[in-house]
Formats: sequence, structure tokens, C-alpha cells
Amino acid sequence: MNTHVKISRNKLEREPADLSRRSFLVGTAAAGLALGYSAVPGMIGADQALAAPSSFDASVWYSIAPDGIVTVTCGKADMGQHIASTMAQIICEELGANWKDMRVQLASNDPKYNDPVLGAQITGGSWSTMMNFDAMSRAGAAGRMALIDAAASAMALPPFFKDELIVRESVITHPKSKKSMSFADIVKSGKITRTFTPDELKAIKLKTPDQYGMIGVSVPQLDIPSKTNGTAKYGIDVMLPGMLYGKIVTPPVRFGATVKSVDDSEAKKVPGFIKAVILDDKTATTSGWVVAVANTYANARKAADALKISYDNGPNARLSSQSLLDEAKRLQALDDSGLFFVKDGDTASAFGAAAKVMEAEYTTSINIHAPMEPMNATAELKGDIWHLYSGNQFATRSGAIAAGAAGVDPKYVVMHQSWLGGGFGRRLDADMMVPAVQAAKAVGKPVKVIYSRENDMTMDFSRPLTFQKIKAGLDNDGKLIALNHDVVSAWPTQRWGIPDFLSPSVDKKGALDAFTVNGADFFYSVPNHNVRAIRNEMAHNATPSGQLRSVAPGWTFWAVESMVDEIAHAVGKDPALYRIAMLDGKGANDGGAQRLRNTLLAAMGMAGYGTKPLPKGEGMGVACVSSQERATASWTACVAHVAVAPSGEVKVKKLTVATDVGTQVHPDNIRAQVEGAALWGLSLAMYEKATLKDGGIEQTNFDSYTPLRMSQLPDVAVNVIANGEKPTGVGEPAVTVIAPALGNAIFNACGARVRALPITAEAVKAAMNKA
Amino acid sequence: MPVLNINGRNMSVEAANDSPLLWAIREQLQMTGTKFGCGAGLCGACTVHVNGEAVRSCQTSLSDVAGKKITTIEGLSAKGDHPLQKAWIAEQVPQCGYCQSGQIMQAASLLAKNSNPTRDEVVAHMDGNLCRCMTYSRIQKAIMRAASEMRTASNAATERRAT
Repeated sequence: MNTHVKISRNKLEREPADLSRRSFLVGTAAAGLALGYSAVPGMIGADQALAAPSSFDASVWYSIAPDGIVTVTCGKADMGQHIASTMAQIICEELGANWKDMRVQLASNDPKYNDPVLGAQITGGSWSTMMNFDAMSRAGAAGRMALIDAAASAMALPPFFKDELIVRESVITHPKSKKSMSFADIVKSGKITRTFTPDELKAIKLKTPDQYGMIGVSVPQLDIPSKTNGTAKYGIDVMLPGMLYGKIVTPPVRFGATVKSVDDSEAKKVPGFIKAVILDDKTATTSGWVVAVANTYANARKAADALKISYDNGPNARLSSQSLLDEAKRLQALDDSGLFFVKDGDTASAFGAAAKVMEAEYTTSINIHAPMEPMNATAELKGDIWHLYSGNQFATRSGAIAAGAAGVDPKYVVMHQSWLGGGFGRRLDADMMVPAVQAAKAVGKPVKVIYSRENDMTMDFSRPLTFQKIKAGLDNDGKLIALNHDVVSAWPTQRWGIPDFLSPSVDKKGALDAFTVNGADFFYSVPNHNVRAIRNEMAHNATPSGQLRSVAPGWTFWAVESMVDEIAHAVGKDPALYRIAMLDGKGANDGGAQRLRNTLLAAMGMAGYGTKPLPKGEGMGVACVSSQERATASWTACVAHVAVAPSGEVKVKKLTVATDVGTQVHPDNIRAQVEGAALWGLSLAMYEKATLKDGGIEQTNFDSYTPLRMSQLPDVAVNVIANGEKPTGVGEPAVTVIAPALGNAIFNACGARVRALPITAEAVKAAMNKA
Repeated sequence: MPVLNINGRNMSVEAANDSPLLWAIREQLQMTGTKFGCGAGLCGACTVHVNGEAVRSCQTSLSDVAGKKITTIEGLSAKGDHPLQKAWIAEQVPQCGYCQSGQIMQAASLLAKNSNPTRDEVVAHMDGNLCRCMTYSRIQKAIMRAASEMRTASNAATERRAT
């Protein structure tokens, strides 16, 4: 289990960024009050390893202008989860500002904006709120304390009257003397002098939940108005003077091709065509790509279509989805494959003693992110600094990839963030930086490269095809006493080449990609339990994969939660009650197991599970998950209600989802995220499938790769449990609970057990005939 | 040089007659509210109005719109206060927001003709517009809210005329 990733800046500087090494500065300047964490002077290294030199102006998390406007700088990528607004809300709570005064802006890749826990700029894992809540709260509180001191001084109150000051809605008042000053007045007074040492920051007593006025309130999201009138700017909307446009031409295979020759004689007839640039990608992010550069994107597309390129299609040109699956099965069958992610007890002897042994295989297909904004990046060299404009989830690494493409040190790259037109993990990758930088370098002008939808789909860093085998041993009472769980997939996170993102195997025999097995370390009490993470080298090379919304728990829980259901049915127990019995909270499962049990019960109650007989052909199925990771779980359960026709056609009547998130910052946003995640889960479970043929992804646009549309929308009920524990993440966990709940519901409706995603009518029909 | 009548103004663009309206709007006129999503008329992100009808601007050439009135999200209302835009804020619809210009333009063409649509009519009209964040249920709610507001406003106007 990865508890928790911390990223070193480089090989020399192993220390992750850490609040304890920083001081909180409160600076007064004519421009206003600037508040934030800044590197302690003399501790240069970690903070300056990657990005362009910048002054430490201490304006890190927010500043208050003389007009009282509080501008929060968000270091997280905002891809629709409204995280910028959430950061502002957390700061606003402790600062005591009026929500109307809050604004947000998006950070560059300057390391001073790094995540205070992760030590890098990366947005994923449903981590942002849980990992920034404390730091943003302290930043807000420190600001309030500095403002109070300044106000007391400006009001000429003796220091011991400070406690009598009330901060509310951007105004500080002293009721006894009837004096009051707005934040704007205080900033203008120039009397803010307070600084905080790291220890003082840590010692700040934060509000308790009963004192909250902002946390738990569904304030209007700051970014939404701009997303209703066309003014929100995404990476694709960047316009630079003198800018040209690039359209990539990608080879027929996903990875491994090289360009043999490019004939641009026809392209030269396209008006506005400037140049065809063959990428020389030393970062090995892309292979065999060419960029057609022209004065407009329409002309770039025409020129790209007119290029005649011959390729060596490389070593993967004969591979198909079937090849990857066959290879996965071969690897799984080997005794010495992979590395142990979990090794509890002794499964071998437990199987020997078991009264009953069951085995099942589960698969998931290749899946494509397909955010609505196709991949794009704009590159401009100004002086010796490369400026990259591209909505990105991993500025720290993407800046380094851009630098690699440019052949410069990463400190010469500035990443300009914008709203992301969907992320879902796709924008953790940096492939788009390479054509933008190399095209701009080749033509000596800024270039905006925009992928066509076809480029975007066929060159996706997809969710990998996965194969899992589970072997379960039961005792005479039907109790699960042994479980072997093998997970075979490409290893997306290993591909990043950042050792800190890998986890040592439990027997210390090597480093594994825990982001392929998270979730398999569930909260059920099973005394003998092995989980092997097995890398499918063939898939790893042929389909360079990425993190797709919910990552590993999107497949591990498909297998675990289906298998638990199969076991319960095999021993004649109710699958929900069978789970509850295993969620006994023993040992390391204490706490989490009980929360998960309660969440499952909540979902069952909301859905009316087991309370009345359902019509023939209908069924309810349950699943419960501890996604994303054991250390970061949001306890989530689903009851799916389906109707299955004799043809195998499945109609999803209702998804009832309950999730325990500890503390809700913004209840309405949590509901939006959980519903979106649940519908992603449904879309992946039933409507989305990509396939590999001759080394290439076959699906090229939304006619062949078909995410859920409005007409496929089922009834979705979301219940959020906020029990005062620390806030957890909500962007992903609900994705992972849907597929198994559906599979289990289908079984209850018609006796068909489906073990491959996506679930098709044909597969259900075939399984019905077997049942 | 083609001239476009867009959001009530005539604007000339330097582009071939056969080139897509989408890119002329975005690059030549630098009105970036209209989005590129699929280039094949499959997702609806690029939806604009041509003579009041919702069309996919990626599938519409400049010659197709000669002499016709084009409306983009920037021109749907003077202050971003079309009933749909207000409803989109009230229901807090957008997540990433990228598809929402197209969703709003698509919905506006429905409400212009039918201010009392059924849920099925809404679904049938909107099904060509993908939202990868899956904000569909809020889109439906916002359309119903806007329709209701438009009916109220229309009734009020009728009453004013009557008195």
C-alpha cells in the first residue's frame, strides 16, 4: 500500500517539500497583503530544481489587494472538480472573508506552488482536498491573525483587546468601541507586520466544525459563470501574436513506429503550409509523429492530410487486444511472476485445508479518456525561456518533458495553466508538449498544436487492458479463509520514470506499481491473502497506459466485489450480509471496515435492498469499496437496480450510491462529483470499449468509442455521509463501485454471471444460457 | 474574403469558402467560446445558431452561411443573462465546462420553439451533445428551469399587453 507518495525533486535532493522547512510570510507592500508559505532562505535546492528562477515574493496561496479582493492561487489543476474554488473556500473559512471578495487564479509550475504534502504539482488520486485542507486552513487563519493585529494597532486598541475583535465577511469590528475596519482598509493602512515561524503556524488553533461558517456550505463556484458565457479560457483558447498552428500526423500503431520518409509535395500546394516537422523525441513519450505547421488550423489539417509518410511500424505492429490478453494469462500462470502487494498468512496451506475452492477470471478492456477538449499545447520561446500553454495535471513532470523536447534544462520552462476541458487523468501526461515545442523550434515562431479527435483517441495513454485471476478458499461454514489475487496489467505509473511513485513489494524483492493493485488490499478480514502485481510487458510497450479516472480500484474492485458475490451465492448467503460479516474491523481493518459497513448499510437502506420482491427479470446488486487507496479511502457503496431482457439487454433502472467523505467542504459539489463518477463507472461498465488491432487503437471518434449520452442516463441517488472525520476525495471512488454492483445485479436478475468489462448484451445472453 | 454576419455584426474573415465555420470563428474572430470537440459532428461542442437553428460549426463551411445570421455563445445574450445561462448558474451545471457553450446553444434552439418541453423532448434534442463530466441531469434541470422562467416572462408580457 502506498502511504503516501512523496516526490523528490531530483536525485540529489531527496527531501520532499515539507511545511516544516518553510516559513509563513506576511508582507505588506503597496500592492496589498500577500500571504503564503515560502522557502526558508538558504534552503535553496528543492524549490528551485525544476522551474525558471523566480523571486520569492511570498505571494503563494493568496493575496489581499487594497480594494479587499482576495485572490487565491491554486496549484492544483482544475478540470471541473472546482478545486480552485474549494481551496478559496477553505482559506475563506479561516480568513473570515466575504465569499463575494474571493477570486481564484491558477498557478504556474513554480515549485513554490507545490502541493504541501506531495511536494510537486500533480493533481490526481482524489487527493487535493484531503492533502491541502490543513495547509489552506492554516494559511487562512494566519492571515486573519495578521489582519487582527494590524486592525488592533490601527484602531489604537491595547493588545489585550485583540480577543474582542470579531472578523466576519471581510470586516473586523470591535463592538465595545464600535470601531470597524474592512480588510481593504487594513491593507491600505500598511500596518500588517506579523510573521509566523513554522512552529507558530503549526500551533495555530484551527476552527472546530461547530464554528464553521463556510465549510459545509454550497457557495456558488467561482468558475461557473465564465463557463456559461464562453469567457472561460482553456489551453486550446490561447492566442499569441504571430502564432502558427500545428496538426499532428500519427502512425498506424500506438507506439514503436519510426518515420522513414516524409513527402510534402502535395502539402506544399496547401495555402499557408509552412513545414512538416518530424519529431525527435528523446523523452520517448511519442514515436513516429510528424507535425504539419501552417498559418491556420484548417490549413494545417489539410496539409497534414496531404503528407505522404512512410513508416517502419516497429515491434508492436502485429499485436492485438487478444495478444495482450493471451500474454497476461501466460504471465499469470507462472509461479514466479510479479511482486507481492499483499502477503498475509499462508494461502498455500489454507487452500490445502479449505472445504471448497473457487476460481474466477475477470477482465477489463482498454479504455480511452477522451476529455471533450482534445489534447493541445502552445509553445513559445521568449529569450531563453520556453513558455508552454496547456491545461495540465502534472506541471512538475510536464515541464521536464517540455524541457527534454526542447533540449534545455527544466529551469528554462514556464508552464502556464488554464482551465482543463476535462482531465480524468489524461492530462497527467505530457505528450502534447513535444510536438508544440519541436514545431515552434523548427519554425522559430509560437505554435499551437491541436490534436484531432482521431489523434487524441488513437494516441491516448489509455486505461490498460487488465486480466485478474482470483482463487478463493472457504471453510466448512462458507467463510472466506484464503484468497490469491493476481493482477496483470501494463504499469502506467512506472512509465513516468519517477521512483518515488513506486512501492516496495511486501517482501522487499522489488518495486511495484501500486497504482495497478490499489483496492486489492481491501478491508475485509481474510486471514490468508496474497495479491500479486504482475507487469504485462507486452501491453506496457504496445499500449503505453495512463491513469484513467479511478485508476486501479476501477479494475481491482471489479474483480474483488464480483468474486465476493460469487462466493456468497455459492454458499447460499445474502451477498450484502456476507460482506458485512467480513467487515468486522479486526486488526489493521479497524475503523475503515466499520465505516465501510455503515456506508453499505446506508446504500441498502436508501435503495430498499431486500425489502420486497422485485419483478421477474429485475435484480439489485451491491458492492462496496475503499477507493482510492487504503490510506486515502472514501468509503463508498452502491446498490444497482437493473432489468434484464431475455435478449441480454440490460436496463439500468437506478444507481444508489452512499459515500462517507468525513467532512464536506461543499456538499453540492460533492454530489456533482459523486454522480459524475458513478456515471463514469456506468459508462466504463457498459458503453466504452477500445480495442487494439495491428498495434493500433481501432476506435477513432465518438461514433466508435461511445461514452454515455443523456438518453442512457439512469436514476442516480447519492447520499453523502459526513461524520466529522477528515475530508476525503470524491472525484474517483464512486467510479469503482458501479461495475461490480451492476454485474451482481445482473446475476440476481437473471442468473448470468459476467466477468468481462464492458458488459454487453451478448455476454449476458451467453451467460444466461450457461446458468 | 467571406463576410460573416455574426452576433449582429458583419465581420470579414481571411479564409477559404470551403473552410469550416468553427475555425473562422475561433481563430479569425478570436471568439473562443465555441469549442472544437470531435471535428465530425458527433459531440456538439461546436454548436452555434445559423438563422436560429442549432448547427455543428465544424461541419458547416463558410459558403454554407453566406448571408445568414450566425449566433455564438458570446452573442446569445448581451450580458450572459439568457434564461438558460442564468439557469446554468442556478443549477451549478458546469464541471469542466468545455461542452457547455454547445449544450447551451443546443438547448436555446429548443426553447426558442418550445418553451414547455417534456423530459423526452429535452433528451431527444440534447442527445447529440456529449458531456464527458456527465452533467446530464443538471443540464436537464437547468433547461426545465429556464423554460419555466421563459413561460413566466412570456405570460407576464402577455398580461402587460392585455392591460
